[in-house]
Amino acid sequence: MTGREGQDVSAGPAAAGAGAGAAAGAAAGGAAGVVTGAGVGAGEGAATASRRIGEVILAVENISLSFGGVKALTDISFNVREHEIRSIIGPNGAGKSSMLNVINGVYTPQKGRIVLEGKTFAKMHPRSVAKAGVARTFQNLALFKGMSVLDNIMSGRNLKMRSGLLAQAIRLGPAEKEELAHREVVERIIDFLEIQAWRKTPVGRLPYGLQKRVDLGRALALEPKVLLLDEPMAGMNVEEKQDMSRFILDVNDEFGTTIVLIEHDMGVVMDISDRVVVLDYGRKIGDGSPDEVRSNEDVIAAYLGTTH
Amino acid sequence: MSEPPSYAQAEAGATFPQLLLAHAASRPDAPAIREKTLGIWQTLSWKALKEEVEAVAAGLAADGFQRGEHLALVGENRPRLYIAMMAAQALGGIPVALYQDAIAREMVYVFEDAGIRAAVVENQEQVDKMLEIAAACPALQHIYFDDPRGLRNYGQAGLRSYDDLVALGRSWLKGHPGFLETEVALGQPDDAAAMFYTSGTTGNPKGVVHTHRALMTPSLAASRLEGLTSDEDILAYLPMAWIGQNIFSYTQWLLCGFTVNCPESAETVANDMREIGPTYYFAPPRVLEQLLTQVTIRMEDASRPVRWLYSRSMAVARRVGEKILNGDSDVSGLDRLRYRLGDWLIYGPLRNVLGMSRVHVAYTAGEAIGPDLFVFFRSIGINLKQLYGSTETAVFVCIQPNGQVRPDTVGPALAGVELKLTDAGEVLIRSPGLLREYHRNPEATREVKDGEGWYHTGDAGFLDPDGHLKIIDRAKDVGKLADGSLFAPKYVENKLKFFPYIKEAVAFGTGRDRVMAMLNIDMEAVSDWAERRNLAFAGYTDLAGKAEVLELMRECVASVNADLADEPMMSSSQIHRFLVLHKELDADDEELTRTRKVRRRHIGEKYAALVDALYGGLAEQFIETRVRFEDGRVGSVSATLKMLDAPVRAVTGKPGGTVAGQQAAAKQGAGKQGAGKTVAGA
Repeated sequence: MTGREGQDVSAGPAAAGAGAGAAAGAAAGGAAGVVTGAGVGAGEGAATASRRIGEVILAVENISLSFGGVKALTDISFNVREHEIRSIIGPNGAGKSSMLNVINGVYTPQKGRIVLEGKTFAKMHPRSVAKAGVARTFQNLALFKGMSVLDNIMSGRNLKMRSGLLAQAIRLGPAEKEELAHREVVERIIDFLEIQAWRKTPVGRLPYGLQKRVDLGRALALEPKVLLLDEPMAGMNVEEKQDMSRFILDVNDEFGTTIVLIEHDMGVVMDISDRVVVLDYGRKIGDGSPDEVRSNEDVIAAYLGTTH
Repeated sequence: MSEPPSYAQAEAGATFPQLLLAHAASRPDAPAIREKTLGIWQTLSWKALKEEVEAVAAGLAADGFQRGEHLALVGENRPRLYIAMMAAQALGGIPVALYQDAIAREMVYVFEDAGIRAAVVENQEQVDKMLEIAAACPALQHIYFDDPRGLRNYGQAGLRSYDDLVALGRSWLKGHPGFLETEVALGQPDDAAAMFYTSGTTGNPKGVVHTHRALMTPSLAASRLEGLTSDEDILAYLPMAWIGQNIFSYTQWLLCGFTVNCPESAETVANDMREIGPTYYFAPPRVLEQLLTQVTIRMEDASRPVRWLYSRSMAVARRVGEKILNGDSDVSGLDRLRYRLGDWLIYGPLRNVLGMSRVHVAYTAGEAIGPDLFVFFRSIGINLKQLYGSTETAVFVCIQPNGQVRPDTVGPALAGVELKLTDAGEVLIRSPGLLREYHRNPEATREVKDGEGWYHTGDAGFLDPDGHLKIIDRAKDVGKLADGSLFAPKYVENKLKFFPYIKEAVAFGTGRDRVMAMLNIDMEAVSDWAERRNLAFAGYTDLAGKAEVLELMRECVASVNADLADEPMMSSSQIHRFLVLHKELDADDEELTRTRKVRRRHIGEKYAALVDALYGGLAEQFIETRVRFEDGRVGSVSATLKMLDAPVRAVTGKPGGTVAGQQAAAKQGAGKQGAGKTVAGA
C-alpha cells in the first residue's frame, strides 16, 4: 500500500477529514505532509485495500531511440507493475513524450525491447497495442471538435465494435443491440467523469479543462488495462488540476487500471504516484518512490541546476 | 371535480407512511419517483417504492433505530434519500435534512442538538464530513451512503452502503413478516413528522418541529385551491433541507400521489426540466432572475430580424399578456390576435426552452420579486404566483388565487389561516400548520408563539383594501433614521436588486442621519455589459472597481432614489453614498445565510471601516478581507474602494426633510435625473 492510500484509508476522523486531501493535497503540493508515508508495496495498512500492486505488467528494456544524430532516449529501462500509478518526469526535452510514443508504437526504437504482459516486442504497432489493452490520452488533445462529447467517447469503443459498417449504418438487429451495450459503457464513463451536463455539447465549445476530461473518457472507453496519460494537467488551473487528480486516482481505484503518467507539475506527481522515473536529456537519472526521487541528488541537479 | 382519495385520508388524519401504503395499494403501477441515471429516466412505481421503503426501514430497525429518534439526511435530491426519509417516518422517527453544501463545522451543532445517531448521505464528500463530525459527536454511530464511489477503501466501523442496508433489511424482514404495516399503523397524525433547522441570521439554528398533521393541512388547502391531481410532474431541484422543497416534493407528493423527478446533477437541471416538462413548479426569485438573464443575453446575441420580432412580441405581451392570463375582458380582438400570433412565434417556443410548456401553477417566494421579472413570466403565459409563509408555518399562509395576482402583494390568507397585524405592523398568524415547538428550546417557542396560539412572524407588513397582504421587511430590521423617519433596509435593498446589474445590496441607516449602501455587481450581467463596450477586466474585483461600472451603479442608485422620493413613507430612505464591494458576499464567509439572505449586522461589523468611510465622507478606503474557498482553504482579497455620491431628491413626505438631503439635491440638479434609466412617474 502506498503513502497516498495510508492517508485515504487509515481509520479515524482525522484522516477522513483529509479525505478530500487526496485531491486537495495534490494541488496544494507540499501542504499534504501526510503523504510522505511508506514506499511501494509496503503491505500493511489500517484497512484492507482492494487495490493491490501486482506483478510487472509492462517493462521497457534498454530502449534507445534517435532521430538522425539526435539521441532522444539512451538505454532506458524501467517497469510498471499492475494497478500502480507510475510517473515519468523530467525537464522539457527530457524524452518523456518520446518514451510514451515508443510504448504506444508511434516511434520504433533502434535498440531495446518492450515486454507487455510477458510478451516481448522489438517494436509495437499502435493498433496491436490498443488491442492489447493500452490506451492513451494526448498532450495537445486529439478530439473531434465538431462531434458531441458522447460521440467522442463512443469513438473510443471503435476497437470493441463487432458489427460491420453497413449493419451499423442501418442499425440491423444485432448492431442496434451492440450499440446499446456500448452506449451503456459510455454512459457509465460520462457519469464517472461527471460530464452529464455536456453529453450532447460539441467538444469544441467546451472549456479546455473539460476537453481534457473528455479525452480521458475516450481513453477509458477502451476499458484499458494500462492507461498512458500525456500531461493530463497541462494548462489547467488549480481547481481543474484537483479534479483531474481525483479522477486519475478514482480510475486507478475503481477499475484497477494501471496508469503511466507524464506530468510537469511536481506537486501532483509526488502526491499521486506510487513510483517515479526521472529522465534528463534522454537518460534515466532516477527511479523509485516519490520520497527517494525527491532526495536524489541527480534529480535535484536536473531540476534546479548545479554549481560547477 | 374529482379529488385524489388521499385528500380525504389526510383530512381525517394520517401520517405520511400511511399515505404511502394507500397509494401503493390503490395505484401500485403508477409512477411515484423518477431519477435520471446513465442518461435515461428510471421510474419507481408506488409499489416498488413501498417495497424499498420497507427494506430500508427494516435495515434501520435492525441497526437499532428507535421510535422518536432523528435521522440525518445529507445530499442532493436523490430518490434514495426520500426513501430513507419515509423509512424513518415509518418507524416513528423524525428525519432532519441538512444543507448539503454546509461544511462539517456548521453541521456539528445540528447533530448535537438533535442527538443524531444515524445519517443517510449521498456520497464520499458527505461521508468525509460525517466522519469529521463523528469525532465531535460520538453519538453518531451509523453512516449510510448512496454512491459508493471512492469509498471502497474506507473501513470505519458503522459505515455501510445503502445497498447493504437494503440487503440487511430484506434478510431481517424474513423473520419479521408484516413489519412495515405494523410499524406504520402505530404512527399518529400528531406525532412529530420532520424537523427543519432555520438558517438563523443570528445565533445558532433552531430546529422547527412539525407534526404530520401540521405539514399536511395547509398543503391540502393549497392543493385544493390549485386543483392539483395525481397527474402532476414536478422537478425536485432545491435543497432538501429547505421546508419548501419538503412541502412541494414530499408533503404534496404523498398528498396528491403525483410524480417527483430528480435531476441527474445540479448542472443538468435546465436540461432535465425541458425533458420532464413539470406541470407544477416552484422557483425562488433568484432562479427566475437567472433564467431571464440567460434569455436576455441570448436574445441580444440573436440576429437582427429575430431581435426585432422578439421585442415586438414582448411589447404586446407586456401590454396584454397579464390581462389575458387574468381573464380580463377589456382586451380588444386585435390585441388577442396579436397575442395569439406572438404565442405561436415567441412565447410558446420560449416556454418550451425554459421547460415550462406544461406548467399550470408556478410559485415564487422566499424574497421580494422585482415587478419586471414577475410580469415577464406572467406575460408569456406562465401562471406564476406569489405565496407567503415560512418554515414555522409549514409554508402556506397566503397564496394569490388565479385572477388576483399582483406583483406587489402576496395574496389573501389561505383557507384555515387567520391573519392579524399588531400596532407596530408585525404580522401574526394562527393556522393548523404552525410549528409544534422549537426542538429543546421552550423559551424560543414561547417567544414566537403566544398563549392564544398566534405565531409572531417577525415580518412587518399591512393588508391592502382587498385583504391582500403586503410585506415590507423584517419587523426587527425596520428601524428609524436619526430624525425619526421610517427606514426599511430590505425595501431599499430589494429596489436595488431589481436591477439585473446588482446582485446583492446592503443598506445602512438605522440611527444615522442618512442612508448608505454597499453593492455587489452581478458578474454575469455586468461582464456581458462590459464585453459589449469592449471593456477589458480581470475577474470580479477588477470589474467591480472600473469607473464605467461605478457610473452604471450610480445610475441604478439614482433611479432607486427617484423611486423612493415618490413614496411619502420612504422618501427619507434615499441613498446618499454607496460603494461597490471588492468581493462577492458569500455564505462561506458568513456574509449570507445558506438561503442567500444578507446578514446585515454581521456585514456592518465586518466592514466597519467601510461604513465609517461612507459616513465620514472619505473618497476611498483600503480594505483587506479573508475569504474561505470551497475546499476549505483561506485566502485574502484586498482593494481600495471608491465611495460614490448618489443624486438625492428633495424629501417629499416631510416638509422639513434632512438638510443634507436638500443640499445634495440642489447640488446634483435635475439634469442628473434624466440620465437615470427608469424614473418612475409620481
